[in-house]
Amino acid sequence: MALLEIRNLSVDFATHSGQFRAVDGVDVTVDEGDLLAIVGESGSGKSVSMLALMGLLPWTATVTADKLEFDGQDLRTISARARRRIVGKDISMIFQEPMSSLNPAFTIGWQIKESLRKHTDMTRSQRQDRAVELMRQVGIPAPEKRLQAYPHQLSGGMSQRAMIAMALANKPKLLIADEPTTALDVTIQAQILELLTGLQQETGMALVLITHDMGVVAETVQRVQVQYAGQRVELQEVGGLFQNPHHPYTAALLAALPERATEKRLPTIPGVVPGQFDRPAGCLFSPRCSFADARCIAQRPSPAGPELGRALCHYPLIDGQPTGKESAA
Amino acid sequence: MSEAILTAKNLKRHYEVKGGFLKPDATVRALDGASFTLTPGKTLAVVGESGSGKSTLARVVTMIEPPTEGDLIIGGRKIGPEGASGDRDLRAMVQIVFQDPYGSLNPRQTIGQTLMEPLLLNRPEVSAAERETRARDMLAMVGLRPEHFERYPHMFSGGQRQRVAVARALMLEPKILVLDEPVSALDLSIQSQVLNLLMDLQERMDLAYLFISHDLSVVRHIADEVLVLYLGQPVEIGPKQAIFEAPRHPYTKALLSATPVADPALRKERIKLEGELPSPMNKPQGCSFNPRCWRRQDVCTKVEPELQGQGHCFACHNPIPLDETEAA
Repeated sequence: MALLEIRNLSVDFATHSGQFRAVDGVDVTVDEGDLLAIVGESGSGKSVSMLALMGLLPWTATVTADKLEFDGQDLRTISARARRRIVGKDISMIFQEPMSSLNPAFTIGWQIKESLRKHTDMTRSQRQDRAVELMRQVGIPAPEKRLQAYPHQLSGGMSQRAMIAMALANKPKLLIADEPTTALDVTIQAQILELLTGLQQETGMALVLITHDMGVVAETVQRVQVQYAGQRVELQEVGGLFQNPHHPYTAALLAALPERATEKRLPTIPGVVPGQFDRPAGCLFSPRCSFADARCIAQRPSPAGPELGRALCHYPLIDGQPTGKESAA
Repeated sequence: MSEAILTAKNLKRHYEVKGGFLKPDATVRALDGASFTLTPGKTLAVVGESGSGKSTLARVVTMIEPPTEGDLIIGGRKIGPEGASGDRDLRAMVQIVFQDPYGSLNPRQTIGQTLMEPLLLNRPEVSAAERETRARDMLAMVGLRPEHFERYPHMFSGGQRQRVAVARALMLEPKILVLDEPVSALDLSIQSQVLNLLMDLQERMDLAYLFISHDLSVVRHIADEVLVLYLGQPVEIGPKQAIFEAPRHPYTKALLSATPVADPALRKERIKLEGELPSPMNKPQGCSFNPRCWRRQDVCTKVEPELQGQGHCFACHNPIPLDETEAA
């Protein structure tokens, strides 16, 4: 049975100018010990869908789903109190900016021990021991001393390690890492990614990595879910995705990587991600797609089968060529 | 090869930090001895981690701040520690594009006003009608539409704003464009559009680029020469090919190996760098990279290495041998 199962999740925000749909019918399935990446550009709804799962969205958001189950519990009907017993214990999350996600008024130690205090009945000295152990696990030198440090006394890499220690405090079954390395330098990024994947293998927890960096995806995960404008457009094993992308958006995104360029001029994706007022009626990618035809503009596509990466496209690509155009014509 | 438009020799920029009670004053050596040249039509990329002095270098080259020491010669004129204040023609030669396209445009000015302002201030002899013509031409040149002239920055996407920032920088017909992380705030699909535009403009206007970035795959695509900075000091400089295919300095090699490559078939063993960048207020003895280096020898902790070599230079006592770099 899947650890996390989300079916047809949508999130709408009430804004001054009307409803805005940030997440549009997304499915996510995570098994125990899974390593999944959710990639997409800004506005693709990758963070919002995970925040909805955590119950961390503001009151302006309306969350609807056909299924939102974690470890057998239905998160749609659960009370806020019961949700808080799961969040921070069985599911935990790491955020993008370690510097601004830690509370500047409390020591690192206090913040790590807080979740132990809330979720376990450990004694004070047990909590101290566990905090030291966690700090050691994430590779922070002189842990006893660093527990008494305030966030401003730590560098970006160290703060991110402290955040990871906090997230791991209760041995979660699922860890969601939202752009954990975007604010960090590449040498530190390599250290943090290695730490996360090492911990994932060691503890057997499931890890969901939210990122926009294709390089990070290629080097770290097993499965990749690509999102565009709030929809899941493709889901594939990492090897297949990079070799034979089935959705035109994935293909165009990969082609735009400078390291894949064969000539000086880079291939581009024309236009921009649709906003609140210019969402197309048909396929959301159709205005920017080089394969789009009348059907794409008029009709919403439905996902293809698993052999085609569940590509949300009327004519999924195989080896860069669209399929099914003849039968439709 | 054409004549160099900018020559920097042993450029330094230090900041004094006031101490407090029982704490002596200190000097931050943000930029400590960079030498390089910029040539029209060519791109020099500057790479390094945060705190390596990349942005300080940009500020010195654009004459926002004078160098503390060293020579900066732009178009045959020398800029000393007294700076270039008052010399508008000299300043117009070097323009800058910043990283954040949201923060670097005035939200209360239309795009047209933004583009005309440099002319208004620096070329008062140009008539109002001529100003507008030039601004509209520039708008077309960076791939924006005429109706964008009357609009405000908040009506644009990140990529379009970065186009406006580039257009503004080009209004005074500079010879040198300093690009401080111009694409790192942009999404991948937009990034390639802006990079293509920059390459087109360079070819058309014969510009010299100083391209500052931490993204090595972008640098590999756009640069002709690469300068690697570590704690304000150049550790390696050379043609792109040499830096990427045969890095000699251990730091360059570690930086390259830490950069993720978008190809799952190529998952490689990384060189793991221990620790983080030390504070520039209290640099290690000898080579500043020695506490994190896996090729460290005794001499590295005592003597500071000098930049050596012709064309492809590196500052290291124990450089990676050439045959080893080819194997990697």
